[in-house]
Amino acid sequence: MGGIMKFPKIKWHIIVFLAPAVLVYTAIMIFPLFNTLRLALYVEVDQMRVFAGLENFRRLFGDPIWADQFWNSLGNNLWFFVVHMLVQNPIGIALAAILSHPRLRFAALYRSAIFIPTILSFVIVGFAWKLILSPIWGIAPDMLDAVGLKSLYAPWLGKEEYALTTLALISVWQFVGIPLMLIYAALLSIPEEILEAGEVDGITGSSAFWKIKLPLILPSIGIISILTFVGNFNAFDLIYTAQGALAGPNFSTDILGTFMYRTFFGFQLQLGDPHMGSAIATAMFGIILIGICIYLFGIQTRLRRYQF
Amino acid sequence: MNKARRNPLNTALAHVVLITYTVIALFPVFVILINSFKTRKAIFREPLAMPNADSFSLIGYQTVLKQGDFFLYFQNSMIVTVATLFFVLLFGAMAAFALAEYRFKGNTLMGLYLALGIMIPIRIGTVAILDLMVSTGLVNTLMALILVYTAQGLPLAVFILSEFMRQVSDDLKNAGRIDGLSEYTIFFRLVLPLVRPSLATVAVFNMIPIWNDLWFPLILAPAEATKTLTLGSQVFIGQFVTDWNAVLSALSMAILPVMILYMIFSRQLIRGITSGAVK
Repeated sequence: MGGIMKFPKIKWHIIVFLAPAVLVYTAIMIFPLFNTLRLALYVEVDQMRVFAGLENFRRLFGDPIWADQFWNSLGNNLWFFVVHMLVQNPIGIALAAILSHPRLRFAALYRSAIFIPTILSFVIVGFAWKLILSPIWGIAPDMLDAVGLKSLYAPWLGKEEYALTTLALISVWQFVGIPLMLIYAALLSIPEEILEAGEVDGITGSSAFWKIKLPLILPSIGIISILTFVGNFNAFDLIYTAQGALAGPNFSTDILGTFMYRTFFGFQLQLGDPHMGSAIATAMFGIILIGICIYLFGIQTRLRRYQF
Repeated sequence: MNKARRNPLNTALAHVVLITYTVIALFPVFVILINSFKTRKAIFREPLAMPNADSFSLIGYQTVLKQGDFFLYFQNSMIVTVATLFFVLLFGAMAAFALAEYRFKGNTLMGLYLALGIMIPIRIGTVAILDLMVSTGLVNTLMALILVYTAQGLPLAVFILSEFMRQVSDDLKNAGRIDGLSEYTIFFRLVLPLVRPSLATVAVFNMIPIWNDLWFPLILAPAEATKTLTLGSQVFIGQFVTDWNAVLSALSMAILPVMILYMIFSRQLIRGITSGAVK
């Protein structure tokens, strides 16, 4: 065609289209992320930043003052995640399975109502439940009394052995809407012919759910698991609102987010330490990365996907 | 066919389960709202009763409006949310268009780079973000929050929007090019109006986490003049713990704007989350 050699022109419009997003994203997200990882390698001596290699991590994992808190918050965070996986996701899947029945009336109404807690802020959720569970107001003990179970009542948020599980369940209450919606969408996308073919073979009702639908929605369950994981290991707001930065009683509800906040900003007599805060952030980054890798390489590649 | 799925007993059972869970989901919100309109005595004597002529009182709301600057907080939240959505949509759509429309070296790589942020929470970089905001003098400005939320929202926005941009017909764009339209005109005049529904989805998706965030307002903009509604109610309630009327009213006032937004956008939101499977 013509045979004229042209120098490749710089396509300015591509650069103009990409530049704002790439600049903001790089400057405010990627650069600080790596800078935080770098800051974890420094300590502060006489108000000067001094390179210290892995010293912060040695203290974080080895020095009892730090290590006890770190392992405590990591353990709590794991339990927080386990409660979500065992309660939130099964309830979400069950509700989605019920909602996806064909010709169920009021489905849209139920769906919108059950999703309401998910749109509320942690501040509202945290304080609302704190008031409801409070022994001063007495709604929770009165309601248990009405069904003759008053002996079961305890000030759950104030007891070391119950507080973390209670908060995890409050968080479950708030976020059930997410797995509900994702699984609901997955269930609706299963073609009717497959279910009818199952019915011809006598597979109906709950066995249709276990034998046909569940295997088909496994990829969605994988996605809600990794979303739950990242969300939980990044959580902070609910614990901070309900229990404060000290994650009481006696640090029993401390998770990585609150631990990092306390270390970074300081509390009471302890001064804030941005470098140790960065070290904790780096540890969180590592944990989230491990979770994502397990999901991407261990789970996602093994799930069989069906195309209809 | 379909006998098991039409069994009336099963249907009744399904409704019982769903109604039970709906009650569980709405009960706390309901209790907070009705008690915010009652006298202190009635709050404690009959927490589950509706307010009546005897127990009705607006004392809590009066305290809140007198003590806390809720209109300012609301205004701050509004500015931050609207400005962020504007930038996320504009920058996100532009980048998505570049990735979807043009073949250039590093296209895939750029796509992957921008997608990194979908899974990695921006909070991990908080220490350095605060550093950056301090050195640029942006601490305690709404701009700091707008920038952070824009960066946080862009990855998913680019990802979703570029999927939709790929579906816009090539013929249309090429017809525009033959007519001598510039690439910018093609983007703003032809493509952007066509992907409006997906822009709405991205907007609704971003709105709620920004409006509800406590972490970044607490760290980057805790000053009285820049408090968002979420941080403002957190601080206010913390100070008034013993004034139950005020706390319940403050909570109700924080619930109200979100509920209004939800009523307007719930269809869009649910459709977005379920990627269109639910109409």
